[in-house]
Order: sequence, then structure tokens, then C-alpha cells
Amino acid sequence: MLVIKDLHAKINDKEILKGINLEVKPGEVHAIMGPNGSGKSTLASVLTGRELVEVTHGSVTFNGKNVLEMPAEIRSREGIFLSFQYPVEIPGVSMVNFMKAAVNEHRKYRNLEPLSASDFLKLLRERKELVEIDSALTNRSVNEGFSGGEKKKNEIFQMAMLEPKLSILDETDSGLDIDALRVVANGVNKLKTAENATIVITHYQRLLDYIVPDFVHILYNGRIVKSAGKELALELEEKGYDWIKNGN
Amino acid sequence: MANEQDKILDEVTGSEYKYGFVTEIETETIPKGLNEDVVRIISEKKGEPEWMLEFRLKAFRHWQTMEMPDWAHLNIPIIDYQGIIYYAAPKQKPSLNSLDEVDPILKETFDKLGIPLEEQKMLTGVAVDAVMDSTSVKTTFRETLAEQGIIFCSMSEAIREHPDLIKKYLASVVPVTDNFFTALNSAVFSDGSFCYIPKGVRCPMELSTYFRINASNTGQFERTLIVADDESYVSYLEGCTAPMRDENQLHAAVVEIVVHDNAEVKYSTVQNWYPGDKDGKGGIYNFVTKRGICKGKNSKISWTQVETGSAITWKYPSCILLGDNSYGEFYSVAVTNNHQQADTGSKMIHIGKNSRSRIVSKGISAGVSNNSYRGLVKVLKGADNARNFSQCDSLLLGDKCGAHTFPYLEVDNPSAIVEHEATTSKIGEDQIFYCNQRGLSTEDAVGLIINGYAKEVLNKLPMEFAVEAQKLLQISLEGSVG
Repeated sequence: MLVIKDLHAKINDKEILKGINLEVKPGEVHAIMGPNGSGKSTLASVLTGRELVEVTHGSVTFNGKNVLEMPAEIRSREGIFLSFQYPVEIPGVSMVNFMKAAVNEHRKYRNLEPLSASDFLKLLRERKELVEIDSALTNRSVNEGFSGGEKKKNEIFQMAMLEPKLSILDETDSGLDIDALRVVANGVNKLKTAENATIVITHYQRLLDYIVPDFVHILYNGRIVKSAGKELALELEEKGYDWIKNGN
Repeated sequence: MANEQDKILDEVTGSEYKYGFVTEIETETIPKGLNEDVVRIISEKKGEPEWMLEFRLKAFRHWQTMEMPDWAHLNIPIIDYQGIIYYAAPKQKPSLNSLDEVDPILKETFDKLGIPLEEQKMLTGVAVDAVMDSTSVKTTFRETLAEQGIIFCSMSEAIREHPDLIKKYLASVVPVTDNFFTALNSAVFSDGSFCYIPKGVRCPMELSTYFRINASNTGQFERTLIVADDESYVSYLEGCTAPMRDENQLHAAVVEIVVHDNAEVKYSTVQNWYPGDKDGKGGIYNFVTKRGICKGKNSKISWTQVETGSAITWKYPSCILLGDNSYGEFYSVAVTNNHQQADTGSKMIHIGKNSRSRIVSKGISAGVSNNSYRGLVKVLKGADNARNFSQCDSLLLGDKCGAHTFPYLEVDNPSAIVEHEATTSKIGEDQIFYCNQRGLSTEDAVGLIINGYAKEVLNKLPMEFAVEAQKLLQISLEGSVG
């Protein structure tokens, strides 16, 4: 599904990614762990087309298509979803209208008719229940005045609405209390199928108790320095990042 | 990062006014320049009575003693008042046979705005078919209004048919000598609208509906007068979301509203005059004086404006809150792009006891434009318990445009409560990217964000116009993206 080959990227002339290789297949959950500044969020930005990052070398394909040539909105419509570390507020734009516009853009891309108002509201209700999000949230403006936990739940709700093929969860656990973490993780697990894949970017092993990865990769200084099964996360938790930094 | 952001904004805001159009018209004109003879000719051509000529001459004589105001935060080129033609009676003739002949880009804009087909024909000068002939529609409207005793006609007609009302109310809110442009307008006004709602009548329709079909008569020096008698109500809409191009560069309109006991007037404006090209060449200068008086107790005036056009806008719809418990409100969205300049806001003059007012102003600046809010809240000695709340927000797109706020407060009554809030924000690259990541194009994202920002004002517009105005905001800031 996703194939990253020897990816190098820089921000403001500083090289952040120094040769990433990664393959993600349908049905898989990959966790990417690493200390601050290792390039985790930059990788998410490259995959989703944030323009502040400049790719200098390498390739990224998604279902055979060259992702790097697509504008951000096309990547979204192709099925790449990012759950933001810091979701932004858009005052005055209701969640309902925002999602309606997004869902219909995705449908248009697949040559489907826009959803009628009643079908859309049905979908909205259904997805809200699936991810256990408070009904009132969708009546408010996008992320405006949301608590940290509400913002993250709202990201998962949007994921449920758009049904992406590849979801990238960027530090989704940061700033969450244990109850909110459980709700978010349950949502992600419910949305998991044999056809879609998830990349979980996180500092801590904690989230991986709830979203169990098939593979764990450790990103350090712009490279994936270690890959293994889920036990790697536990080992890392125990030994700390110094273990990696010391060149093991 | 800053560069990327600028690039996006450049693309989105760097569009030209693609949708202007000029209709071939035959006109009957008089020579350039302004003197007493020209004023006399205008009055004569319009078949006006002697008192109206006197009104105009008095205004002209006073105008000659005045200078153009220079206090606004505007860079106004020197205007040669002797180089302007002050009278032109347009005779529009349909030049196209069907909408298929209309410039497809213009047609697209109309469709984007959701303007009904019949109206598109009116606006582009396509011959209107017999089934929905505009004259018959107008007649139907007039009959409905007349049944209720409502007078709604052109100013010229009102001067002839309703001289008592005109003598009583014209220039009663905005004196001829009020300012340079009102004196000029009073001397040479071409035409405009007069509206009188009798006691206890609720106007059964938005006068917008009527006005839109009549939209072609917006003139260079327009004069509007609305009088709402006791316990009456009317909602009036001026302007059009459809792009308007005009050969006349200088526009100086005057609008007056008089509201008696327990009556209410809601006045909405959508202004989309030609703003000039990308380099700031051409474009309409729009110097407007709009003022209403809440004369009676419990009376109410509500101004709502969406301003996206004109090279220069100079406009301060105001309320004189004379009656006890009277209420004035002003809701405004002003967009400036490229080289546009706007200095706009409101004045609320509290005279009556318990008079209240609310100002909500949303400025949006893009390109190298300048957008200023200027507002005065004045509470006179006798205005016990007067209340005002003002909110002035500015949104910047890019870092070459300007937003300025000039609030003036003069409070002479200790029981008054006056509040002012102001914010300035920027559309962030992160907001646009967030929308992109959900599948929305940058153009749609900017549209969504500005409409969210302006929502409180757009919600005040009559329903049918709110939808068009939303699209208009987006089109005004649209660029080469997508």
C-alpha cells in the first residue's frame, strides 16, 4: 500500500529525514517511536503534503501512485488521513458543514453523487456512535474551544467519517487522560479492517497497550534504526532512548 | 514557512476581477462640468417643480464653499469635478438573444452565485421572454404593495407624486450641508428610491425582491429615502451580488431613513462595484452617506452591509437614537483585495433614554489593500442608561495588507455603558493545511474560513442573499488555485 524508499527531506535547509525506508501493507498497524526531534512529525508532514517540508531525495508511492507529486487535498481524497498532533481551530465553521464539505469532496473524487442532507446526517449519527463522541461536539465550530481530549476525539471522529485507507496518528496520545485515551483507541480499533492500515506515531509505549502494533520502528536522527514486533516497544520503554542513542 | 504561507495567499488572493462587464447603452448626456446651469438642466430634464430646483441650487452653492474631506485613512487621487458628466439618462437595449451568447466566464460567476436565470438575463441585457416579462412582475409587486398603502417608487416619481412627504423628509436626516459629498449629491442626484410604509403596516415582502429586478437603475448620485410610520416594518435590500461595472468612477449616494414609534427598518447592502484591476487602475470611488434616525420610542434601525467592491469605499451607516428605548445596529463585512481601500464603520448617537446600539464589524484584507474601521459612539447628556457594544475584528490574508481600527467614544452621561472589543488575526497556513488534509482545495478552504469568520454578519442578511453573499466573499478572494 505505502512504500517509502530512501526518503530524504529538509526544513529550512536543515536535513531532518536522512533516508527512510518503510513498507506498510493493508491490515497492518505500524508504530513509529523515537525521541523528540528524531523526525517523526516531519515524516507525517511529508506523507500528507505539508509544503514547509522539502523532499530532496527518494520516493513515496501509495497504491502505486507517486504521492510526492500530489497536492495535499488529493492525498486526502486518495485515502491518506492525518490525525493532527495539534488540531487547529476554525472559528465560525460548524463541524457539520466542515465534514459535509469534506465527505462530498471525497465522493466527488470517486465520481459519486454528493450525499443528501438526510443521508449525511444519518452517516454523521452512525459514526458519532461508533467513536463514542459527544453529540454536542458536531454542533460546534471546528475545534473551537475544545479541550485537548475533545480535539483528539474529534480527529478520530473525522477519521471515521472519511474512512481512509491509511491513517497516520501523530502523537494522538499526547495530552490525553486515561479515559480519553481509551475512547480514542477504541475508535481506532473499531475502524480497523483487513483493507486499511495505520501508522501510530508516539513517544510512549502507553498508547500501544490499546492500539497493538504489528511492527514497531524506532526513528532516530532521521533514520529508522531498529524495526521489530510489538515487543520492541516494551524493550524501549524499559531501556529508554539512551539505549538507541548509545548505538545499539 | 512564512514564504510558503505567502505563496498560498498570493495564489488565492491574486485574482483579478474577471467578471466585470459593460453593456452597450445609448445615452443622452450633457457637457462635462458642474455649474448652476448644469444643475438647472438636470432639474429641468427631470421635470421637477421649482422647490426642488431651489433645493438643488442651495446645495450647489454650499458645495462650492466646501473642500473634499481628507481625514479618512485613504489615499484618494485628485478628482476633477469639472471633468465629470453629471447627467446621463441611460437607455438600455438588449443586445443578446439568449444566455448562450453571454461570456461563459460571466455566466459561470452567475451560476456560482446562484442567481436565477431570469435575473441573469436582466443583468446581462438578454431580451427577457414574454412569460416572465419584467414589467409585469414589477406591476404585480406594485399592486401588492399599493393594497397596503405602501409607496415604493423612484425618487423622481416621488418628487412629482408625493411632494408633501418629500418636502417633509428629504434632507431631514442628512442635511444638505452635512458634508462635501452630501452637498454634491443634493445638487445633482440623478435618481433613487422612495419608500413609505404607513402606520401599522408590515411590508409583506422583502423589498429586495423588487429591487433586484430593478437593479439596473443604480445611478452615480443615488438618493434613497425610507420612512417607516408608527408600528410599521420593512426590510430593504440595496445592491446586488452580481458584479457591477460602471463608466462613472465617482459615486456619491445618500440614504436617509426615518423611523417612527415602535417601527423597524432593516436595511441590507451588498456592494460589488468594480474594484479596479490588479495594479489598482480604474475602479469605482464610493463615497456614501447613510444615516437613519430612530425618531420614535422603541424604534429600531438595523444596517447590514457586505462590501466587496469599489477601489475606494468611504462609508459610515449611522443611527441617531433620538427616541427613548430606541435601538440601532450595524453589522458589516468589508473585504479589500489588491489595491482596494476601505474606510468604513458606523456612528451611533445616543440621545434618547435607554437607547441601545450594537456594532459588529468584520474587516478582511488581502493583497496590498488597506481596510479601516472608523466608528463613533456618542452618548449625550440626557441619554440615561444608554448601552453600546462594539466589536471590530480584522482578518489579514498575507503580510502586505493593512487593517486599522479608529474607535471614537464620547460619553456625557455617567449611567451609560459602552464596550469596545477588537481583534486582529491572520488566516494561518495551518488552518488551510488542516482543510487540505480533509480533502478541501485551498480555494475552498479560504472560502470556508472567511465565511466562518463573517458568519455573525452574514446571518443578518435576508436568507436568499446570505447564500449568495457567502459565495461572493469567496469569489472576491479567489485566485488561480484549483
